[in-house]
Amino acid sequence: MKITADEAAHVAHLARLSFSADELQLYTGHLNAILEYVAQLQQVDTEGVDPLFHPLAISNVFRGDEPVASLPNEAALSNAPQKEEGAFLVPKII
Amino acid sequence: MSDLTKLSIKDLHDAYRERKVSAVEVTRAYLDRIDSVDASVKAYLTVTADLAMQQAEDADRRLQAGGDRVAPLTGIPLGIKDLLCTKGVRTTCASRMLENFVPPYDATVIERLNNQGAVMLGKLNMDEFAMGSSTENSAFHCTHNPWDLSRVPGGSSGGSSAAVAARLCAGSLGSDTGGSIRQPASYCGVVGLKPTYGRVSRFGLIAFASSLDQVGPLTRNVTDCALLMNAISGHDSRDSTSVAGVDVDYTQYLQNGLQGVRVGLPQEYFIEGVQKDVREAVEKAISALKDMGCEIVPVSLPHTPYAVATYYIVATSEASSNLSRYDGVKYGFRATEYANLIDMYKKTRSAGFGPEVKRRIMLGSYSLSAGYYDAFYKKASQVRALFKRDFDNAFNACDVLVTPVAPTTAFKMGEKTADPIQMYLNDIFTIPVNLAGIPGISMPCGFDGNGLPIGVQIMADAFREDNLFRVAYNLEQSVGEIRNWPEP
Repeated sequence: MKITADEAAHVAHLARLSFSADELQLYTGHLNAILEYVAQLQQVDTEGVDPLFHPLAISNVFRGDEPVASLPNEAALSNAPQKEEGAFLVPKII
Repeated sequence: MSDLTKLSIKDLHDAYRERKVSAVEVTRAYLDRIDSVDASVKAYLTVTADLAMQQAEDADRRLQAGGDRVAPLTGIPLGIKDLLCTKGVRTTCASRMLENFVPPYDATVIERLNNQGAVMLGKLNMDEFAMGSSTENSAFHCTHNPWDLSRVPGGSSGGSSAAVAARLCAGSLGSDTGGSIRQPASYCGVVGLKPTYGRVSRFGLIAFASSLDQVGPLTRNVTDCALLMNAISGHDSRDSTSVAGVDVDYTQYLQNGLQGVRVGLPQEYFIEGVQKDVREAVEKAISALKDMGCEIVPVSLPHTPYAVATYYIVATSEASSNLSRYDGVKYGFRATEYANLIDMYKKTRSAGFGPEVKRRIMLGSYSLSAGYYDAFYKKASQVRALFKRDFDNAFNACDVLVTPVAPTTAFKMGEKTADPIQMYLNDIFTIPVNLAGIPGISMPCGFDGNGLPIGVQIMADAFREDNLFRVAYNLEQSVGEIRNWPEP
């Protein structure tokens, strides 16, 4: 399975990354080399094996719905690239 | 006292209690050494000298007051991998994305160290977002191996391992997703523990691959490892994967005697491609264990050859999801010029992330994308289940597994940067531990022909750190602790 530069550009869009034409070529090459390497997994017989997504046999953890102190507004905004009136400032979206 | 930076954590604690030395004197000695030595090792990204001196003064007050306020880590100068959030102290993850990020809260492990009155000397270098095996992926600078400055310290916790070996801190914290504590520990001749998944809180650990990540200690001997582990482990309600239960005192397992312990040797770890010196040193450690009364059991972990392929799908898939939070809105870098919101995301992420991080986000996004999920992420997760099964079978026949940590000793800087797969293959013996969520420890067991340290890995079943510590402690006495630390 080989991916093309166009497919790599689509994945880049999904991941919200952009590349120059040269970079895209480089990343497409690396991705293909890695995909070729991981293709060996297809040799493993996994018929009827449940996927393991997590190492521990844990289920949801519940707690009482009790209010506790949260980060103060000012602290939560302290690293914001742009802020205004106690809120994160983002580019116009509508 | 002569060179204070040569004392172990345990010896420092004893010296404090006997009033032979103060925390201020010891902290000053470490800061002086960082001033003179770290220009060549480059282990630190940030040195917090003022904070360290303040904490040392507090520690001395606790030591004066005595009693319950003196904990095993009171006044002990430590270094922290720069992906653990430290309130008010810049935490970069070695990325341009977080170059100016100052966390408004402490990670749980940091809170726990603070509760004991430990001293933080600063934040240690790493591969960007913990993605790498050499610390060459740091956005800021490379760290050098103190045993040979032309070589890498390993990674991703390369700053944490180099700082301990170069005596730039008494011990450190790192994190391990596919070997990121154990491999650098091996390359630098220190002890490094990846605890059972869930033993140590991940709250405030900047996430890479959440089902694999675990925080752990790097120290100059096994006893110090247990002391740090005592401090950082235990249940935390802020991490829903943290395991409930009573706190464990790991020092209780540091006892002489290995009679009847079953040591498994997985045949897949003793293969072609393992450097001769590494193989011989590990075999010597195994015969030492045999001499101490261990029973040697040949076992098989048949899926080992698939470790790297499985890991690079699982870890990158989780990473692509975790790293979607870096969008230039809430914290971190934001591009200055953009046409609209999507363009802002793209420009921010493309400029903020380094090449290896982008490569992994791309692979992860591809594996999770429509039409490829079954062939990649689901398939890899099924193979992951087989790794767990392999270990379950092995631990029916033995108490611990003993193997090399990495196929070679520390490689030269720049040697593997051109070929991502060659770099990834270096992690083949450490990855399975993370896939299965079991604990693994790396400890020094000899040197190669170039004078570079060799590590041996001990693995145990989940929550059986008792077996790890028991075997490691006895093996350390047999092969001998390293005393001739390098003078870089």
